[in-house]
Amino acid sequence: MSVDKQTVAKIAGLARIKMGDDQLEALVPELNNILDWVEQLGEVDVTGVEPMAAVIPGAMRLRADEVDADPKTGGGRQGDVLANAPAAEHGFFGVPKVIE
Amino acid sequence: MTDFTELGVKAIRDGVASGDFTAREVAESFNAAVAGAAQLNAFIVTTPDHALAAADAADAARASGKALGAMAGVPIGMKDLFATHGVQTTAASHILEGFTPQYESTVSANLWNAGAGMLGKLNLDQFAMGSSNETSYFGNVASPWRKEGANASMSPGGSSGGSSSAVAARIAPAATGTDTGGSIRQPAAFTGICGIKPTYGRCSRWGVVAFASSLDQAGPMARSVEDCAIMLGAMASFDAKDATSLDAPVPDWEAALSSDLKGKKVGIPREYRMDGTDEAIMASWEQGKEWLKDAGAEIVDISLPHTKYALPAYYIIAPAEASSNLARYDGVRYGLRDLPDGAGLQDMYAETRAAGFGDEVKRRILIGTYVLSAGFYDAYYTQAQKVRALVARDFDNAWAECDLILAPTTPTASFPLGSLNDDPLTMYLNDVFAVPASLAGLPAMSVPAGLNPDGLPLGLQLVGKAFDEQTVLNAGLAIQERAGFSAKPERWW
Repeated sequence: MSVDKQTVAKIAGLARIKMGDDQLEALVPELNNILDWVEQLGEVDVTGVEPMAAVIPGAMRLRADEVDADPKTGGGRQGDVLANAPAAEHGFFGVPKVIE
Repeated sequence: MTDFTELGVKAIRDGVASGDFTAREVAESFNAAVAGAAQLNAFIVTTPDHALAAADAADAARASGKALGAMAGVPIGMKDLFATHGVQTTAASHILEGFTPQYESTVSANLWNAGAGMLGKLNLDQFAMGSSNETSYFGNVASPWRKEGANASMSPGGSSGGSSSAVAARIAPAATGTDTGGSIRQPAAFTGICGIKPTYGRCSRWGVVAFASSLDQAGPMARSVEDCAIMLGAMASFDAKDATSLDAPVPDWEAALSSDLKGKKVGIPREYRMDGTDEAIMASWEQGKEWLKDAGAEIVDISLPHTKYALPAYYIIAPAEASSNLARYDGVRYGLRDLPDGAGLQDMYAETRAAGFGDEVKRRILIGTYVLSAGFYDAYYTQAQKVRALVARDFDNAWAECDLILAPTTPTASFPLGSLNDDPLTMYLNDVFAVPASLAGLPAMSVPAGLNPDGLPLGLQLVGKAFDEQTVLNAGLAIQERAGFSAKPERWW
């Protein structure tokens, strides 16, 4: 499978990265080289093989049903959460108007 | 007078504990060395006051007869991928420039609790994506090493290139690294130092800027195997805040170090004999076998049949996870925001990410987005995950015949900065020997083996069974004792 400029533009749109024509054009051969190369994975017989999603198989742990069990990940830290926001307003994250 | 910057973790810790010198003297020496090595560009920010405060705390604890931590009085470099409370954390990106965490990563907190101090935040490839330290927004890191008789700046490896450069240049006795597909081992090999990536889950990922979550693992980089054992012990812990953290006791690796390998079988994977591997690397591999035999180990040939497919599988899985992880950089909650006049929310996302990410990061996000997109998911991503299972199974089968594996760390020695930039694929091939252990989550270490004919360091890699860092460290020690690697870069900075 290979990508053309239109496909790269579509992927860039999905990834929310603005790209100019020259950037899209430069990426076409780069991405195709990489995609051609990973294509060799198709040779591998994977019949009956389960996809591996985790290195150490194990069940997810449950935490204690306790409010703010770990203060670092608990609530009541609005100031910390907003400290690095580019536009914090009235205790919220500010964003451009989304409703007309 | 002792030149403190020649000392490693163990020597500093023991010297401070016995009162041979103070932690403050050590911290002052390293702070001065860091300040004098700006040309290496190893640090993004320096934190001399942090190092001094930790040193004073260690000296005060000793004076009052309190027990000292495992890293008491040791100033270290912190890869700028770990969130540090109140100290800028960027992942070497523009999008996180100025980001000041309100909390401390578990690994760095563990190190401070053990008595270590911080010299500064170390440069790296942007979001840990790179093998040469040329993708940082804050500029390339230079290796302290140069080819004999040449002046070209060499790559310190990547992504932990600030870490490797600083430790090799003696401006830090040790540093943290992170390894997703070789980012501790390859830079360690390029700069003649040691580095170990433990079993996946040993070190908490909480507070580590995420690249590929199923692969990312932190580990120490230092100039000796003993120093790595001490520092890994201080970094590792079970952490409920990381869902993939290993809920198992942390062994005392330092106490159990032994270079006696009697009864151990060392596997030599035949598939690692690849075309294009440097002759000097092949020679060092042969030498490594002899050293391990001399330490009492038996050498056996093994097969890891899916080796060839590990790297392409990695370059689907890692970008896929990265494209998902990096979706968080949206200009809303932290980091850069680029909001042109009159732009809406979607434009803000696209402008912010265009301005904030470097080319290699964008390339990987696009690859990841593509392989996860509708219609391609099974052909690329599911297939890669199945191949990953086969790579891991190869290792499981190998453990029936051996206790650990010896291989080169990299296919070549370091290369001049700028020499491999034309083709991303050539750069990716640097990690061909490192990636299989990453996919399988196994502990793996690089130790210096010697110099090539150009006078550049070469590393040997040891890969162990899951949870068996001890055998990896022990074999590393056996090589260290026999290699007697004492070469150091001549100061030009």
